[in-house]
Amino acid sequence: MAKSHVSMTVNGKAAEGLVEPRTLLIHFLREQLNLTGPHIGCDTSHCGACTVDLDGKSVKSCTMFAVQANGADIRTIEGMAAADGTLHVLQDAFREMHGLQCGFCTPGMIMRAYRLLEENRNPSEEEIRFGISGNLCRCTGYQNIVKAIQYAAAKMNGVPFKEAAE
Amino acid sequence: MIPGSFAYHRPTSVNDAIRLLADFGEEARPLAGGHSLIPMMKLRLATPEHLVDLAGIADLKGIRTEGGDIVIGAMVTQHEIVGSDLLAAKIPILREASLLVADPQVRYVGTLGGNVANGDPGNDMPAVMMCLGAGYGVVGSSGERTIPAREFYQGAYLTALKPSEILTNIRIPVPAAGHGFAYEKLKRKIGDYATAAAAVVVTMSGGTVATCSIGLTNVADTPLWAEEAARIVTGSTLDAATVKRAVAAAEAITSPASDGRGPAHYRTKMAGVMLARALASAKARAH
Repeated sequence: MAKSHVSMTVNGKAAEGLVEPRTLLIHFLREQLNLTGPHIGCDTSHCGACTVDLDGKSVKSCTMFAVQANGADIRTIEGMAAADGTLHVLQDAFREMHGLQCGFCTPGMIMRAYRLLEENRNPSEEEIRFGISGNLCRCTGYQNIVKAIQYAAAKMNGVPFKEAAE
Repeated sequence: MIPGSFAYHRPTSVNDAIRLLADFGEEARPLAGGHSLIPMMKLRLATPEHLVDLAGIADLKGIRTEGGDIVIGAMVTQHEIVGSDLLAAKIPILREASLLVADPQVRYVGTLGGNVANGDPGNDMPAVMMCLGAGYGVVGSSGERTIPAREFYQGAYLTALKPSEILTNIRIPVPAAGHGFAYEKLKRKIGDYATAAAAVVVTMSGGTVATCSIGLTNVADTPLWAEEAARIVTGSTLDAATVKRAVAAAEAITSPASDGRGPAHYRTKMAGVMLARALASAKARAH
């Protein structure tokens, strides 16, 4: 099958490549752009480990062809920290609040949390849980992930983080 | 999992899309949000040789008012439905149902047109559209037509849509101001299809039901319009005895499969439970 040329902006930089139409976006990111932060978990659009930010939406890159993303503006976990290595507030929050154990779901979880906070600067606990319901974590039981997102929201809003009473 | 090979087409007009579908016939499939089709292709349960991506067609986007109807473009996403102030004000059952479809990431990409056109009995929007009396605008090489949602579904993945036709919009008559509504869905977890679900729209007049329409999701090969159950509650105060008779009438038209969501008789009973809850909720919201 003839290959198609695709170009897109990934983490602020122009990226391009030749792909078969059947090449999934996750494979293009991981294998051609060497961005292995987005993970292949379930490969069936359930787990959210492959979540990236695409034109202001959280999408599962295992369920989109690279040709569909032609011209898109994409951000992956690799594009979150500053050039000098300073962590994004969400990355820092996941570290501070122990929002991960094995870490496999974390890139997708952070990219989803990023879009959630872009759309809702001050989400309630319930809104956070609903907002990350497309991302599965098999280690943490979600408690500290929710806490990390609350912590990041507080930092972004410049207010002190108050842990909810147990 | 990697799908089979195909050629990718991205037309910018409905006419170009129809021409491509007509030229390639059975080997071509239209691609909307892709969140049903791409997983099927990854499992090689679908192996189209040509994919006609509808994402580049501006005419398939947007939500607009036309007379007493609201017309929603086929490529409008579930996320856009959730965020629409117009729909929240005029047809709030759409937001309630959309929020129960899949998960946030899927709602950003999954479209209303794809949800209703695919013919998957597990999809939530078809029963909602039957409940609302929606019409599907369809365009093919022989012209345009409108197919009522209540006549669209013929079996699992079998619809009145012809292979070279595209569903371009969904036209919904705006329910009366002050109507009550509810979409009640039982599911095992977020992202799952319904074990059973019920859509209800009612108008009330002095404490009695003036009009009622009921749709049921995933308890038969097709979504169901529960006409008899709605007739039973019309004119009543939704008293317990009437609701019980309506639930029995709705259960009688179900024929669910036994699967991981439970045995058939359980799913039939859950359709009744969802209907009773939706009727109560719709009544409480009507004014």
